[in-house]
Amino acid sequence: MARTLAPPTALAIGAPSRVKARDWSGIVAHAILLAAVAVLAFPLYYAFVISTQTLSQVTSLPPRPWPSTALFSNYAEAWQRAHMGRLLLNSAIVALGVAFGKIAISLLSAFAIVYFNFRGKQVVFWMIFVTLMLPVPVRIVSTYQVISVLGWVNTYWGLTVPLMASATGTFLFRQFYQTMPDSLAEAAQLDGAHPMRFLWSILLPLSKANMAALFVILFVYGWNDYLWPLMITNTPEMRTAVIGIESLVPRTSQLPEWNVAMAAAMMVLLPPVGVIVVMQRWFVKGLIETEK
Amino acid sequence: MKRFVFRNRWLPYALVAPQVAVTLAFFFWPAFDSLRLSLYRASPFGDRLIWAGFANFERLFRDPAYLRSALTSFVFSFVVTFAGLALALLLASFANAKIRGLAVYRSLLLWPYGIAPAIAGIIWLFIFHPSYGILPWVLSFVTAYQFNWFLKGWVAMTLIVMAAIWKQFGYNLAFYLAGLQAIEASVLEAASVDGAGPIRRFFAVTFPLLSPVTFFLFTLNMTFSFFDTFGLIHSVTQGGPGDATSILVYRAWKDGFEGLQLGFSAAQSVVLMALVILLTAFQFRFAEKRVTY
Amino acid sequence: MERRAGIVLVLTVVLLVGVPAPALARTEIQWWHAMTAVLGERVNEIAAKFNASQNEYEVKAIYKGSYPDTLNAAIAAYRAKQPPHIVQVFEVGTQTMLSSGAVYPVFQLMRDNGIAVDWNDLIGPVKSYYSTAGNLYSMAFNSSTPILFYNKDLFKKAGLADTPPATWDEVEAIAKKLTGAGAKCGFSAAWPSWTLVENMYALHDQPFADHANGFDGLATRLQINGAFGVTMMELLQRGAKEGWFTYNGRLNKAEANMGGGECGIFLSSSAYIGNLTRASDGKFTWGTGALPRMSGYPQGNSIIGGATLWVMKGAKPEEYKGVAQFFKYLASTENQAWWAGVTGYLPLTNAAVKAMESSGHFQKNPSQRTAVTQMLGGKTTPNSQGIRLGNFASVRDAIEEQMENIFSGKKAAKQGLDDAVAKSGEILKEFAALYK
Repeated sequence: MARTLAPPTALAIGAPSRVKARDWSGIVAHAILLAAVAVLAFPLYYAFVISTQTLSQVTSLPPRPWPSTALFSNYAEAWQRAHMGRLLLNSAIVALGVAFGKIAISLLSAFAIVYFNFRGKQVVFWMIFVTLMLPVPVRIVSTYQVISVLGWVNTYWGLTVPLMASATGTFLFRQFYQTMPDSLAEAAQLDGAHPMRFLWSILLPLSKANMAALFVILFVYGWNDYLWPLMITNTPEMRTAVIGIESLVPRTSQLPEWNVAMAAAMMVLLPPVGVIVVMQRWFVKGLIETEK
Repeated sequence: MKRFVFRNRWLPYALVAPQVAVTLAFFFWPAFDSLRLSLYRASPFGDRLIWAGFANFERLFRDPAYLRSALTSFVFSFVVTFAGLALALLLASFANAKIRGLAVYRSLLLWPYGIAPAIAGIIWLFIFHPSYGILPWVLSFVTAYQFNWFLKGWVAMTLIVMAAIWKQFGYNLAFYLAGLQAIEASVLEAASVDGAGPIRRFFAVTFPLLSPVTFFLFTLNMTFSFFDTFGLIHSVTQGGPGDATSILVYRAWKDGFEGLQLGFSAAQSVVLMALVILLTAFQFRFAEKRVTY
Repeated sequence: MERRAGIVLVLTVVLLVGVPAPALARTEIQWWHAMTAVLGERVNEIAAKFNASQNEYEVKAIYKGSYPDTLNAAIAAYRAKQPPHIVQVFEVGTQTMLSSGAVYPVFQLMRDNGIAVDWNDLIGPVKSYYSTAGNLYSMAFNSSTPILFYNKDLFKKAGLADTPPATWDEVEAIAKKLTGAGAKCGFSAAWPSWTLVENMYALHDQPFADHANGFDGLATRLQINGAFGVTMMELLQRGAKEGWFTYNGRLNKAEANMGGGECGIFLSSSAYIGNLTRASDGKFTWGTGALPRMSGYPQGNSIIGGATLWVMKGAKPEEYKGVAQFFKYLASTENQAWWAGVTGYLPLTNAAVKAMESSGHFQKNPSQRTAVTQMLGGKTTPNSQGIRLGNFASVRDAIEEQMENIFSGKKAAKQGLDDAVAKSGEILKEFAALYK
């Protein structure tokens, strides 16, 4: 795919030449996009609706699809009961830690793999890439043992470092570096620049979009993880926000306070969604441009 | 392909060291642990570890339910991936016009990607539940048919497929739109001058040009539906009714995590890991091919 | 440059905050539990009250997710040699804990620390479920038993008397009348395997599994595909077909239908009382009754569900001393009566039952007495002392899978039960092979 984004074309399907058709296509496009947005937004809307209802409204049948009056009391209740302030702070630390840590680790290793020849490169390469996808819950007990050997139980290290062990980032950077013309590095070497200098002042500025895209993916991943933080933290002060929601979900036979749980859910989903919205342009660009 | 390389004796090792360290500690150790466990009968607290040879695998492949579950998983993943991508591509093609507010639309389409599986599960339960869910309530005005997915396997499956497609849909659509908009107008105009109709033009020009995006989305959707949907299934159907929505990852998780049958679950993990490695190898073959042309 | 500064900043923050909190002067006791929402707050209240009552020990109650999450966290921590002192484990994990060799039996803990507790004051079914050879292995905590709920408004609308059905014949007849009068759901039940299979077997004094339900040795085979089970399942299958029985999902999902006022007759845990009180508030009235019986079978008893507190091996003697003190506090009549009153779980000692009776609690909340009356009126036999199976969670799953196949008409009752027995047999044999 072309790396320089061309100005948007008129149409993929339909006659590109007639002005009339072009107007129509704009309306059709808006209509389709609006419909898609509405369908996607409905579950979120309904979750919001529940978070504004009283307990009695949540438990009545048939369900009510309109917002109600208990918004403030539910949110205040959720905030207090789950100690959301602290949990959100922890989630932020974990999500940022995972994002920055993983970006750092993977851009370095991708640099080594693409720009150097060294003994054992093939082994390292396959070792890393075999982890590209890995079902997490099945490895929890052994990972816990590693963390406890390191003395990281109930620390931010324990919360973040294991989440950095997959190859997505390395994969992405490797793909990108491979599209760089050799002339760049050759010129750097002729100037007598150290490879790290080349990485820092030439490659990094060029991979901004990739880093941003990866940041979004990792932030969301770190923020939303549930099982691992639950296993590895032993004090309320180290808990993350998703655990806070779960602690409010009425599970066995108890008060069905779904409204409060939903209020917590709304608070917790805002930061990752916010990150996506703010960085949406880079997100798509950073992923798609390396996918050649 | 790269020809140029820097020369340095120790630097590359220093550069890959952190990645190799986390990979060894948090992937290889647990993976070998699973591999080892799959050959044993193991008690949860580690007090008993009895050599079992391939008994766990034998039990697995003798069980018709496991084979059924494999079939369910593949059907599920393919339906989610193909239906999701086809729908996204169709809508993206129609929506691919020079319009205002694309950035706003992109935001509004991408956000479901940020929803935690734990939260999505709760929300879907509220939408689907046969009595307090809003969807069955709305449907009850349309048809008298009882969509009780607690007992009807196909309804349960449909719901899970819908929820999974929902999660990926905006993401797919946004990427297809970006892909379409990156296609130079002149290419399509040339095709239309050659007298190709819109549908032919789509299949002859647009679709091939989109193949990198399609491939990227395909891998992403396959892995998502195959591995990352167990949270959804756990909170909505628990694999039921019967075993209608019991996909491989969910089984492995349930037998190990809830059932505490460690060796048996490890055997299932090993099968899954083999699948992952296959999928990765497959992805590389494709990715490498595309980089070289 | 800015980027580098950002990375450094984050790493520094991570480093600084990553240092564990300094140790406290009081001996800390970790209590991992699975209680969410309001129950979670009650658990915190218990810990706070105990902590305020003395100054040597500090019990820290930590929510560790669902029951399976909590158990897995304890397993991972134990294997890494950092177990909590106390962990709450659901009843299906009992055999796993007993076999594990990882626990410090409660009766021993109390004896070693010189605390005399009259275990005979525990109500029978609770004591039997968690004891081996008369010795209590885990501290009873939140126990409940299934009872029958009925919607009085729907009964009235159908022109029925305000009395709960006592037999399955009556359940069928009444449920038919209810649906005939327009009710969406005549009869339903939550926790399907627990209320409709496990408890029905115990209540009618029928063997559920071999080796006296696993009490005399590791069970290797379920016995639920005999005449009693087939009759029971055929009745429900017919009910589902005729429309007077509605199946509403696993776990407690069906409670939504009862709470929403849809169901006439409903079986669920006695701990559901508090929930239903709030859910029905201002919408409908309801009552409770004993579990329905089938004629022609002997008297057994209903069995309990819920969870108990297990003490993990590997801690220091002075910490165990604190655990023993804490358990003494838990068993006190004052705590028992308070806990049962605010949660709807069973009071675990006869003294607490008496205290609740004399304080007028049962008069004000007659529905809370139903479960107690049902349990004290039953007969504890080898078939009703409880069920102890290895990998019980998987076994329950196998049963519920087949229940769904039966209710949907996919399989005949006998066939479904045979399949459940075959599948669970394999699971049980695996466990037995571990501990042969």
